[in-house]
Amino acid sequence: MNTLSKLKQKYRYSLIILKQLVITDFKLRYKGSALGYLWTLLRPLALFAVLYVVFVNFLRFGGDIPHFPVYLLLGVVLWSYFVEVTVNGLTSIVGKGDLMRKLSFPRYVIVIAGSVSAFINLLINLLVVFGFMVINGVPLTITVLWLPLIILELFVFALGLSFLLSALYVRFRDINYVWEVLLQAGFYVTPIIYPLSEVAKRSEAAANILLLNPVAQIIQDARYSLITHETPTVYGAFSLYWIIPFIVVAVVTVVAAIYFRAMSPKFAEEI
Amino acid sequence: MSEPIVISVKEVSKHFRLPHEKVSSIKDFFVHPLQSLRGGKTSEVQHALDGISFDIKQGEFFGIVGRNGSGKSTLLKILAEIYQPSSGEVSVVGKLVPFIELGVGFNPELTGRENVYLSGALNGFSDKEIDEMYDDIVSFAELEPFMDQKLKNYSSGMQVRLAFSVATRSKADILLIDEVLAVGDADFQRKCFDYFSQLKKDKKTVVFVSHDMYAVREYCDRAALIDSSHIVAIDDSETIARKYVELFTETGERLSNPTLSPERWGDKRARYENVKTKMTGDGITIKADVIADESIDDPTFGIMVANAKGQPIFGTNTNIEQGKQLPLKAGESRGIEWEFPDIFNSGKYYVELTIMYKSVTEVSDWWKEAASFVITKTKDTPFIVNPPIRYTGKG
Repeated sequence: MNTLSKLKQKYRYSLIILKQLVITDFKLRYKGSALGYLWTLLRPLALFAVLYVVFVNFLRFGGDIPHFPVYLLLGVVLWSYFVEVTVNGLTSIVGKGDLMRKLSFPRYVIVIAGSVSAFINLLINLLVVFGFMVINGVPLTITVLWLPLIILELFVFALGLSFLLSALYVRFRDINYVWEVLLQAGFYVTPIIYPLSEVAKRSEAAANILLLNPVAQIIQDARYSLITHETPTVYGAFSLYWIIPFIVVAVVTVVAAIYFRAMSPKFAEEI
Repeated sequence: MSEPIVISVKEVSKHFRLPHEKVSSIKDFFVHPLQSLRGGKTSEVQHALDGISFDIKQGEFFGIVGRNGSGKSTLLKILAEIYQPSSGEVSVVGKLVPFIELGVGFNPELTGRENVYLSGALNGFSDKEIDEMYDDIVSFAELEPFMDQKLKNYSSGMQVRLAFSVATRSKADILLIDEVLAVGDADFQRKCFDYFSQLKKDKKTVVFVSHDMYAVREYCDRAALIDSSHIVAIDDSETIARKYVELFTETGERLSNPTLSPERWGDKRARYENVKTKMTGDGITIKADVIADESIDDPTFGIMVANAKGQPIFGTNTNIEQGKQLPLKAGESRGIEWEFPDIFNSGKYYVELTIMYKSVTEVSDWWKEAASFVITKTKDTPFIVNPPIRYTGKG
């Protein structure tokens, strides 16, 4: 209790600012739009609808996967979260330049605030996924208990990347475009619209390589825990192979933290 | 007075590297890897501050004055830990709150109420703490009916009032104040001065950056004069304010005032020549010759004296003074002379001379800086004029 209150005191200012930044972000998002906050749900649902019509109805993807629509939706929701956090995170420091030149507060708060508001959206979207699960009659299994840990991994990975990207963007303004291209490529190398089992049918090795991408690993794990056990995960590969995406997440997060810490005192004058 | 030192600045220097060709794209990084690692093709190092040292004691009202670009604001930002010093050390004891600008973080899309909470958070107040002081903030800003309107619909004066009202709640041991007085109307400035008086009464430590020597004289106990990145002097505010004024009179530079440019216009049917300024024991005399190339039936000669800020102090013309105009014949040369008492504070003053005609509608010669003079006095007042005043009575 004592150490907790000490910690609370130390991070009091950061927490106060964090809270206000998240609240402000919520108020300002979709300001002036008629549907307002509903767009948080409508955007991934619209993307889902398009993908569903094209890939499930016309191209007959995921024929033998049970509950493929929910399987697809979960992938879309998780990917949208990853995109939202990193894209907003990338410009977060530069975008708040004015604030940084006038006040000295811990710079990391800005990046975390963006990530937290996206995370709240993710939770709302996951509720929609649960709704679809009920409609589709997806049985819940004990593996659902893994889900919080999987989501935590996604949160950490996306936040770590945001720290790295936002600090890099202060110096290199091209990062913006590089990241856009990488995300576009990422959408296709990550098993979101196609079932990974289709890849595995043709080449087991290719499927395993795709799973090295932490986002792919996370999406597959989430599907495994929530929807169907008949989906390939990284643990299906040989021995300790599964540890690699976790190492990627850890390395990215540590490097990002070190780089951000080193750069943040100079943000005010370099922006 | 042996109050403890709360701000200690030791040998602080700050330089900014200004690359002539800023490397901010990855292409540059690959095309000129070595140069980009060094930080640009040719980079110029700008020394914003060089070997600055001073101490501020608890409860002191400390002024920092200097010309534009002298490094004042950089120093303030280093004290506020917004910038890191390139070398040297700054130590601060106690909670320090910077007011670099009013209304930092205000968002025009939010309502006044929401902005109070946002701005309060940036000043370190939790929601609960703001709940408690919310009514005070609003009534001090005199904005009760407007709090649920969006900030973008506020006038700039209303925004400033709200920002100031939030800012003045800060519970700090040390306040950094930068040019807050530069904005707002007379009523607002009075509120600012009231706040300063309150700070002084409460024995708060204040670091105050300003161009306004009246305010510096009035409130600061001590002040530092910074010029071209160095501290020129640290002394009592009266001495520093005088040195600051001398800085301008020496170089002939005027305070940042774009309206006072050396301009002269008119059709020059008659014009001024040989303008001379003479300082006598208790007054100033301005002499000039009026040369008429063409005849003018109703010439009016005018004079106006302004201070270095471009603020007019007084003016008059021959129409007001004599109520008649003496015609000028073509080829005529006429000497004129103005004499006025020394009612000035220390500083540099500019004399504007005019020749008008056709019932003071046409300009023959309008000379914005026909002459200038410098006043040096031992005692200055924080007002526009400083006429000789006699006081009788005790104390």
